[in-house]
Amino acid sequence: MAQNSEPNSSGASIKSVSSAASGKAVLDGLTPDPVQLAGQEHFDAVLAKDSRVEPKDWMPDAYRRSLVRQISQHAHSEIIGMQPEANWITRAPSLKRKSILMAKVQDEAGHGLYLYSAAETLGTTRDEMMDALVAGKARYSSIFNYPTVTWADMGAIGWMVDGAAICNQVPLCRASYGPYGRAMVRVCKEESFHQRQGFEILLELANGTAEQRAMAQDAVNRWYAPSLMMFGPPDDDSPNSKQSMAWNIKRFSNDELRSRFVGMLVEQVKVLGLTLPDDQVRFNEESKTWEHGPLDWDEFKEVLAGRGPCNAQRLERRRTAHEEGAWVREAAVAYHQKQQDKQKAAA
Amino acid sequence: MSAQDASQSTAQDTQATAHRWPLWEVFVRSNRGLSHVHAGSLHAPDASMALRNARDLYTRRNEGVSIWVVPSEAIAASDPDSKGSFFESPQGKDYRHATYYTKSEGVKHL
Ligand SMILES: [Fe+2]
Ligand SMILES: [Fe+2]
Repeated sequence: MAQNSEPNSSGASIKSVSSAASGKAVLDGLTPDPVQLAGQEHFDAVLAKDSRVEPKDWMPDAYRRSLVRQISQHAHSEIIGMQPEANWITRAPSLKRKSILMAKVQDEAGHGLYLYSAAETLGTTRDEMMDALVAGKARYSSIFNYPTVTWADMGAIGWMVDGAAICNQVPLCRASYGPYGRAMVRVCKEESFHQRQGFEILLELANGTAEQRAMAQDAVNRWYAPSLMMFGPPDDDSPNSKQSMAWNIKRFSNDELRSRFVGMLVEQVKVLGLTLPDDQVRFNEESKTWEHGPLDWDEFKEVLAGRGPCNAQRLERRRTAHEEGAWVREAAVAYHQKQQDKQKAAA
Repeated sequence: MSAQDASQSTAQDTQATAHRWPLWEVFVRSNRGLSHVHAGSLHAPDASMALRNARDLYTRRNEGVSIWVVPSEAIAASDPDSKGSFFESPQGKDYRHATYYTKSEGVKHL
């Protein structure tokens, strides 16, 4: 998987955050390999200039591994993320809403594919990633393990879940790994429609009957905390963040992004005429950041560890979809072979 | 997902199997009069299916009027390690740029 198999950077560089921006390869006891040293030098220079690393460049093993993990997890999230919303396609309240929801879910499939392609440039295969996902060995965003119980959840997901995703993804357009950044640019262009359609669903419900209004408020109440937790654990409990920022992959810390997101929600919820289920939201004049009430990080860890309300169901659905789609993949190959045989016969 | 990214991939077989389809690079012309620009890559058993997949994946919002798909393994890429020697040094060749010619400054329409 890695381009060079020097056994020097096995995990060591992840820890040496403070020593160098690049997480330098540690050459303890080994004769420095000139190719490796030149590669590291070039890599460091690229990062120092805030330029981009491209697939064929030399890169530290830990950087490569970290990217594969992050990009594949991101891809899995897009793919699994189709399920909570697909749940309402057949029950959308109008043909217009149904078309919109289908377009959005289709976009998420596309996002997954852009990201799998980006991860593949690092030397991992699509099959490896797929297998890891259906085997339950890969992680994906914990948010998609919550159930979508009412139509208003389509609004809350678009507004808050896609909203949080946008806050996360916009800075990733500048990620130091070229293919990841380019995939993110494409994704971000498509996300703004996702957020707006969700906001509109909530706005219409909030201005509807008392029952619809209550449904909208209930959805906001349930999705608020999980969407805030999408930014990941607090900074002092986020072991990989520092290294990721030193590598110019991540540009802002989890707490910074979360605070920014809360600030946006505060304004937008007023337009909806609804409220956030958090009476501790306030702007801290000193630190110039938005603060929020405590989040249940034990729940977050439980869900991430596979014990959330829908984890088993989500994986099972993905597995079944993959198996039930096998005949389509086989048919496509059979068609290709038949075409080839025809061409040969004609020649 | 640039053209050169492709050759990095381990999916080198041109022959499609049920398990692994070859990788294709997708180029999209956004408008008449413009070049095809690399949009990304995808897997497909053959060219015609790669084109259909590319349409669905990269042109859901009228992003293109024409698509090319190229087998990733057909792309030859320059070696990233030989930057210095492969690309001619611009050193000392300022005369290839219009800005080199300063004596004509102020002359109109030049
Ligand atoms: Fe997405
Ligand atoms: Fe989205």
